[in-house]
Amino acid sequence: MTWLVEPLQYAFMQRGMIAAVLVGLICAVVGTYVVLRSMAFLGDALAHAILPGVAIAYLLGGNLLVGALIAAVLVALGIGFFTRGGTVREDTAIGILFSAALALGVALISSIRSYAVDLSHIIFGNVLGVGPTDLWLIAGLTVLVLATVVLLFRPLFVVSFDPVMAKTLRLPVELLRNLLLVLLALTIVGSIQTVGIGLVAAMLVTPGATAYLLTRRLAPMMVISAALGVAASVIGLYLSYYLNIVSGSAIVLVATAFFLLAFFFAPQKGWVWQRLHVQRR
Amino acid sequence: MKNRTHELIDTEPARLDLENVVVAFNGHAILDNLSFEVPHGAQVAVVGPNGAGKTTLFKALVGLLPLRRGHIRIHGLPLGQHKDCVAYIPQREEVDWRFPVTVEEVVMMGRFNDFGWLGRPGPEDHEAVLRSMTQLGITKLAKRSIGELSGGQQQRVFLARAIAQEPHILLMDEPFTGVDVSTQEATLDLLDELRSRGVTVMVSTHDLNMAAERFERILLLKRRLIAYGTREQVFTREHIAAAFGKQALILDNIVVVDDCCPGDEHEHGRTEEIP
Repeated sequence: MTWLVEPLQYAFMQRGMIAAVLVGLICAVVGTYVVLRSMAFLGDALAHAILPGVAIAYLLGGNLLVGALIAAVLVALGIGFFTRGGTVREDTAIGILFSAALALGVALISSIRSYAVDLSHIIFGNVLGVGPTDLWLIAGLTVLVLATVVLLFRPLFVVSFDPVMAKTLRLPVELLRNLLLVLLALTIVGSIQTVGIGLVAAMLVTPGATAYLLTRRLAPMMVISAALGVAASVIGLYLSYYLNIVSGSAIVLVATAFFLLAFFFAPQKGWVWQRLHVQRR
Repeated sequence: MKNRTHELIDTEPARLDLENVVVAFNGHAILDNLSFEVPHGAQVAVVGPNGAGKTTLFKALVGLLPLRRGHIRIHGLPLGQHKDCVAYIPQREEVDWRFPVTVEEVVMMGRFNDFGWLGRPGPEDHEAVLRSMTQLGITKLAKRSIGELSGGQQQRVFLARAIAQEPHILLMDEPFTGVDVSTQEATLDLLDELRSRGVTVMVSTHDLNMAAERFERILLLKRRLIAYGTREQVFTREHIAAAFGKQALILDNIVVVDDCCPGDEHEHGRTEEIP
């Protein structure tokens, strides 16, 4: 059992582990909605859109996560704003804002010479660089996101499944839609340091997609997705420690392995099950 | 607990009242200057060619689409301020059937406003759900996920949900399209029962014959209101020609409607009799 405990004797490793678990948790929970509402492209776009916020925070000497947070929320609300009333399609609005924000971020970063190392950390994540302040921020985001998802479970459920019904029940449909975008933005910001902006989309989508193959109800799907996200984070971090590979990649690869297992071997929805079922008929 | 009986909310009759309603999308008017009234407890069939704006009308009625001009009043009050419960049964194509949700959960959605968004369903909510499912004959499917059901069964789930809402106004978008005969019959039986309870109903349908046979009021729509009234008033040569144009051929009091337009999955060349 020493191999389990050994990595945790270092404070930075403890912080990294806690951060990875929290991020795996909220990504997977929010990711359930990302999968069901086909928002994978949006998640990826938001992740890249935080770059200018990070760059500006760096230039001003502020906290990078706070800069990222502001940029992500602005872009998320911007997408909601442009698509209101249906004049611009959502994927178009996402494409425009995502590229614009990324371009702005790269432009700002190109003006900073000593930025190369930090930039690679933002893109690929550096879970071992999670400081005590970052950890508090991630913990705060986790509580906020989880509390919102649990308290507003039913409204978000109805809005996602049947927005027309939500309207007839007099739910604030637009507000809930924007809230979901903000939750997504908060989750992505929390994930930059563990998996990085390049891989956060995988943490949002893969556990949710895996859980979808294993259940037929939303609440269990969320719980399974969360369990898979946490498991992938923990296993991935150990793999990263012992194989000396980038933590974000290790976590995402474990999550992908879960998905492949479920895709082939899940009861009913799995490839093998369906093959057998077809042959029996 | 709220009073669940279907007495009128006020002394005034519950009704829908549209006044010069214009709904536009990308600058094109989809509904143009629409004015009509539906009295309390009436059942109206909404007919018209493809793209006539039937779904748009329903979406405007539940407040899902902004009005460019005009007013919609429900029970005399503007949309968003009225107290009536409006239930809407969407077209089957508009529902995400892959969503992980069971039949029971969908029907329970009809009760969400009754036990509150944070509360738990009480015994009377479970009873209402069970009653609605029994009425539509889907009790055995309660734990199944909606994606596993046949078209007719899926339709019954949404009917059950609407019943569980105990609505004052029920809007049904193409409930007779793509479902088996027994589901059509179940839907019609339900309409009869809703009539006896004084629920105001609007049903859009492609089936002019069904509209003429089963509805006392018919609304013929083609972006604007072509005709509204009894079948004798609505199904005249002029009105049919105005709504369907060259799609409709009139031979000896029989209308043949050819709606083999792109995107139309229905049978070609139905014949309808002009009463």
